[in-house]
Amino acid sequence: MNTPSLYRAFTLLLWRDLLLAYRRRTEMINPLLFFVLVTALFPLGIGANPELLRNIAPGIIWVAALLAAMLSLDSVFRSDFEDGSLEQLLISAQPLSVLVLAKVIAHWLITGLPLLIVAPLLGLLLNLPGASIAALMLTLLLGTPVLSMIGAIGVALTVGLRRGGVILSLLVLPLYIPVLIFAANAVETSGAGLPITAHLSLLSALLVLSVSLTPLATAAALKISLG
Amino acid sequence: MTHSPAASCLEARGLACIRDDRTLFDDLSFRLEPGQVLLLEGRNGSGKTSLLRILCGMRQPDGGELVWNGEDIFDLGPDYHAHIAYVGHRDGVKHDLTARENLKLARGLGAPNTAVSIEDALDRVELWGFDDVPARNLSAGQQRRLALARLLVTRADLWILDEPFTSLDSHGIGIVENLFANHVSGGGMLAVTSHHRVSLNDNAIIRINLSP
Repeated sequence: MNTPSLYRAFTLLLWRDLLLAYRRRTEMINPLLFFVLVTALFPLGIGANPELLRNIAPGIIWVAALLAAMLSLDSVFRSDFEDGSLEQLLISAQPLSVLVLAKVIAHWLITGLPLLIVAPLLGLLLNLPGASIAALMLTLLLGTPVLSMIGAIGVALTVGLRRGGVILSLLVLPLYIPVLIFAANAVETSGAGLPITAHLSLLSALLVLSVSLTPLATAAALKISLG
Repeated sequence: MTHSPAASCLEARGLACIRDDRTLFDDLSFRLEPGQVLLLEGRNGSGKTSLLRILCGMRQPDGGELVWNGEDIFDLGPDYHAHIAYVGHRDGVKHDLTARENLKLARGLGAPNTAVSIEDALDRVELWGFDDVPARNLSAGQQRRLALARLLVTRADLWILDEPFTSLDSHGIGIVENLFANHVSGGGMLAVTSHHRVSLNDNAIIRINLSP
């Protein structure tokens, strides 16, 4: 108990962020609401043609998920920056990259996982066949953590700026494109009855890469922002 | 990790800080040893906070080096951070967490001080009874005392404090000065900026005035 424990710091930080999210749950519901509303408005806007809806569903759901993820990004570090908690993380006795990973995982559990849970309903709403809904779930499971991980780098770089929102989108969006392309294409392909192993492998590779590399980049960016 | 305050020492060699093309300080050297207090004085904007942030390892100095027990603090990284505790302008208190939860996290992030429980720490800043109150509902002075209670729950040798007396009343100032005196007499180190007079043993104080 006398020495700093990495595992303890990691779990405590994860616990703290989940607890904070629970106590501010009305704010946390925003990205989810955005995701559901955008997707649900499309059939109203373009007419209830089941064939058309099924064709564009993968793209709509994934674009909505991507924008919802981006909308929620700012909350990864913003409040910690404002009340000084981020400084405390920076000078904690643990490597910052590991603490960052805990924060991003918490962020994904709060904002990414709910998207995954409501996605099948939205798939049904847009007339997606069963195989595509399964593919949609899989791609969201692999893809949304990547969005959170990459987004965290952008937030870390812009957290010290007063009007960082626009720069954040410009920084992060190009990096989101590969995820969007592979994921939406996977859902489409599975709808045609073709195998999607290649897509899933690529998404998994992106996930592994971002879990292992982005915490280091985010930690470095935070040090620059706060230095 | 060994915690032997007697062996610890922080040494600054020719520190410089430049901000917005203005040289705040240049060629600043000092040596801080156990039982000593580094008191930073100077007008607003003279670089006190910048110096403290450099001492924390949050900001790179624009010249010179900062050495903890013979090793550069930026090379030591988290190993140096295990020895320090910092309370800045921004409290670092999470308003949606209770006092106890705030301290629990602070303890987990540093090297936990097993000799002082969270209850003891709250008791020593006279916040006992507020342990389950969300920090949001505490007064500004109470929040400040909660932030300062963080100093007690880790085994930090060096306390780095930016205007610790802000929003404290005279009673609160007394409590905090008491903590400082205990820490310093126990072989701890203190680096502090303050507009208030810090009533500590004058022999132990190293004064640095950053105003030109």
